[in-house]
Order: sequence, then structure tokens, then C-alpha cells
Amino acid sequence: MRDVVVLGVGATAFTSQTPEVNWKELMYDAAVKAYADAQIDPRRDVDSFITCAEDFWEGFSIFDEFTPDQLGAVMRPMMTVTGDGLQGLANAYMQIKTGMFNIVVVEAHSKVSELLTYEHVVEMAFDPIYERPLSAERNVHPYYVAGLEMNLYLHATGTTEEQCAFVAVQNRRQALSNPLAPYGARIGLQEIYRSGYAFSPLKKWEIASRADGSIVFVLAAEEIARRITKKPLVYLEGIGWSSESPWISARSADAGYARRAAQLAYRQAGITDPRRQIDVIEVEDRFAFKELQHLEALGFARPGEAGWLAQSGALGLDGELKVNLSGGSLGCGDLLEASALQRALEIVLQLRGEAGARQVPNARVGVAQSWRGLPHGTGAVAVFARRD
Amino acid sequence: MTKKDKFGPPFNPRGKPLEANEMEKIPHIRAKAPAKYAWAAGTAMSRFLEELKNGKIIGRLCAQCDRVLVPPRMFCERCFKPTTEWVYLPGTAVVETFSISYIDQNANRIKEPILVGTVAFDGAPPDCGIMHYFGEMKPEELKIGMPVEPVWKPQNERVGSILDIKYFRPRKK
Repeated sequence: MRDVVVLGVGATAFTSQTPEVNWKELMYDAAVKAYADAQIDPRRDVDSFITCAEDFWEGFSIFDEFTPDQLGAVMRPMMTVTGDGLQGLANAYMQIKTGMFNIVVVEAHSKVSELLTYEHVVEMAFDPIYERPLSAERNVHPYYVAGLEMNLYLHATGTTEEQCAFVAVQNRRQALSNPLAPYGARIGLQEIYRSGYAFSPLKKWEIASRADGSIVFVLAAEEIARRITKKPLVYLEGIGWSSESPWISARSADAGYARRAAQLAYRQAGITDPRRQIDVIEVEDRFAFKELQHLEALGFARPGEAGWLAQSGALGLDGELKVNLSGGSLGCGDLLEASALQRALEIVLQLRGEAGARQVPNARVGVAQSWRGLPHGTGAVAVFARRD
Repeated sequence: MTKKDKFGPPFNPRGKPLEANEMEKIPHIRAKAPAKYAWAAGTAMSRFLEELKNGKIIGRLCAQCDRVLVPPRMFCERCFKPTTEWVYLPGTAVVETFSISYIDQNANRIKEPILVGTVAFDGAPPDCGIMHYFGEMKPEELKIGMPVEPVWKPQNERVGSILDIKYFRPRKK
């Protein structure tokens, strides 16, 4: 079967508010950049379009009716994936693999600043019979689930609170060298501790702030891409996704969804020893401990080891594992379904050698991992590589 | 069930319809969806809404296909190119299509039907335009192709909303 490559990428800057544009104008901005990068005209060259959106995030029913204009998709095949950006890429990947479509566009975005009742919409993802009444009774913020999970993870692996806090410090610092990231900061462990417990053992500044933004990917069949560009191609070598049972009490401490998704993606990509084979790593870190949990689930560390790696400075540009050099969600912001594409975007930039001050020299293989967020356990993993 | 149903209701392969309050008898949870939003109108629509306050209709020109887009947008969805300039339109329009609505939002029949439809503005192509109400006419007078004009709310009552136009009425010859 034909191989799938990334022909172009485009993104707006990520920012806490975007009152100057509506969601269509935001998406248009990212799309124009991606099409220029891919050297294509969407009205002529693109066979299929995919947006990643959840109607409740948007406040629209049937959101895919509102997406063609700003992507150049009017009167063309257009669909919405109710999932994150990597799940969108997975759909595009399969569409190209069928041979029916040569060039497929994937868009994911966040306009979360316009959602006035974010906590309530998250709350609506809880089981209505067993779980929602408990939140409603005492008016508790739904992120308490992150506290539950962190506690379980620390208990199961022996990871310490300090090791988790270290991730929050590191990713905010790394975000300073990513021009797209709004939440870069030079802070120390002291500031993390001083921010106080939000949902113990989770501290306030270990939680990613939300951000607006849009990201567009252009995927293509390899042979089509070769006709368009002479630039080295980034291949999508493997992609997988997985969901845990939604029972909160049945949640694994080891991010089983990420482990399963990675197994799928690694098998396709021929990854047997991720720590040795993969040069750049972007994992989901909406809550600082999730980065450690996800690194272990993806096979970069044994259970309980990731925290030590973080503490010893092994997770960074100068460390053994190049993790979340983009700043991750702690640095770039929680972009809802687009956080997944932000991860993939960083990997593509790194593999192309376009990551500026945070560039990993000679990066050839990268992995992007997503988690759709609370309260559920759904995530995806994509492996990208250069073959030249 | 009444006494005269001695042998029970006749067999109905489609089951039986729910009776009033029957839902109350099964275990259930009631909930609201407390989702609230505040959408930024965006660069183009903000200007459009501002101009409505002034009693004016404004569009954006696509230099590629030469259409004046109303309501305005910053890009042309056909050409996928940025629009280039603001264009004021006279505000007069033509009925593109209409329907006479006899049912309200709660599915009740209403006595005074509501006249709704889309209008194409003079100076803009027929595939642009807006949806609105019609007034100052009898339902049977409403026709496709009919020249109409906007009836504005008094200036001090306009807030920058599509409802700053009360409705469209027949244009006087």
C-alpha cells in the first residue's frame, strides 16, 4: 500500500484570547499557511477535508456544516472527526491508504475562550447517573479526577510530587523557545509549590492553562507529494488510538490507552526499542504528572523511572530524551482537540529541521502522543520519520 | 386500563405508546446542559454589525470573482482568497425565496403566520444575502423576485444586531 507523508503544516499562534477573529477567520489563517507550505491550491488539489471537533466545545450542532468555507472545502468531501487531531490524522491516513484520495487536509482548533462554562461542559462528560450528582451536590470542579489519577500513579510507581513539579517547571521553560507558545516562563519548584494544591496531590501550576488556536495538516500519498515538492518528506509511519472504559473507578494508573495506542503505532512503524529508535518525543502533559505516566506508557521508561529522568535533567534538549521541547500543553496551552495536532506539528518541524532554538540535531524519527483529556481515557500515538 | 378491556388491549406489534407520566415510573435522572458561549463576531461581521447601527449594509469585495459578499467575510469561500475592500450597498433588496410559517417554535399552530425568507441585496450577487422577516404585506402578496427594502428600528434602539432591521417591506415604486 502507498505511503503517507506530511506535505504541509500551518498554525496560528496560540493565545489565551482571540476576540479579534471569529472561529472561521482563525481556521482560515492556519489553512492559508498550511497550503502555502504544501504549495497547493485547496480549491483544485485537495480531495478530502477533515476537522476535529466536539459539538459541545463549539456550541454548534453538526459543526461540520460550518467548516467548509474557511478551509477551501466548499462542494468537496468534508467530515468532522469527533476526536482529537491525531484521530483526525488517522482518518486522513486511512483515506489516502485506500487509494481513493491523494491529498487530505486535517484541521483541529480551539476557541475555548468563547466557552463560558468550560467546567460544566467537562462535567457533562461524566456518567449522568453515578458521577454527575456527586459533582453537583458539592459543586466540585471536575478536575478532581486528575487528582485521583495522580494519587494512584504516585502510589503505584513511587514517583514523587517533586518529580511532577519538575515537569511543570521544565515545560514552561522550554516553551520560551517556541514562538507559538503563550505560557513560557522561567520559574522554579518554589513557584509550583507556592501555587498550592488544586486537587491534591495536583498543584495549581501543574495544570495547563487553556488557549485558542488552529492547526492545519496537509497529508498526501508519497508519489503525489514527490511531484509537488523536492523538499525532504516527513512520513507518517504509524498511527494508533485506543479508549479505556469510561468507569472512573476502573481507570488504570499507567495510561493503558496510551500504551495500547503506542503498540498499534509502533507495530506499523517498526519501532521495537522506542528509547533508542526515537529522537524527539511529544507527550500530553495537561497535568504535569501525565507527561511521566505517558512516557512510561510509550516505553521510554520503566514504571517509576520517568520521574527520576525528569529530576536528573534527562528530559530536555540537552538530555537523553528530547521530550516536549515545544513546551507541551503546559507551555502551549490546552488547545482541546488541537493539542494533539500541536504535538504532531512540533514533531514535523523537528524532523524538517525547522524548530529554531529548540532544534534537535539530525532528528529523524519522532513520536506524538495525545490524550483527549478528562474525564476519559482516550488517546492516540503517531510515529513520523524522515527516510532520506 | 379500564374495566371493559376484559381481555387486555389488542396485540400491537409496534408496542404501546407511552402514556402521560409513564416516564416518571422508571428510574431516571434529569439534567440540564449548562453550556454557555460568547462568540466573537470576527473582523468582517463586527463591521457589518456596527454598520447596522448606522442603518447601513456593508459588504466585502472579492477581487478574484468580483462578487460583493454580504454579509461580509474576510475571505471568499469560492476562490479561497482574501477579500479586498469594503463596499456600501443601498440596502434595497429582492426576495430570493420565502416561506409562510404557521407553526411556532413549540410546534403550536399560530393565527398570524410569520413571513420569513432570504433577500439578495442590490449591488451584490443573488447567492449572497441574508435571511429575515417580511412585513407590511399580506401573505398572499409575498412573491419571489419582489423588490423590498429594510425597515430599521429607531437609531437609539439599534444594538448592532441583525434585529436592528425589523423586517423587509415592499419597495414603493
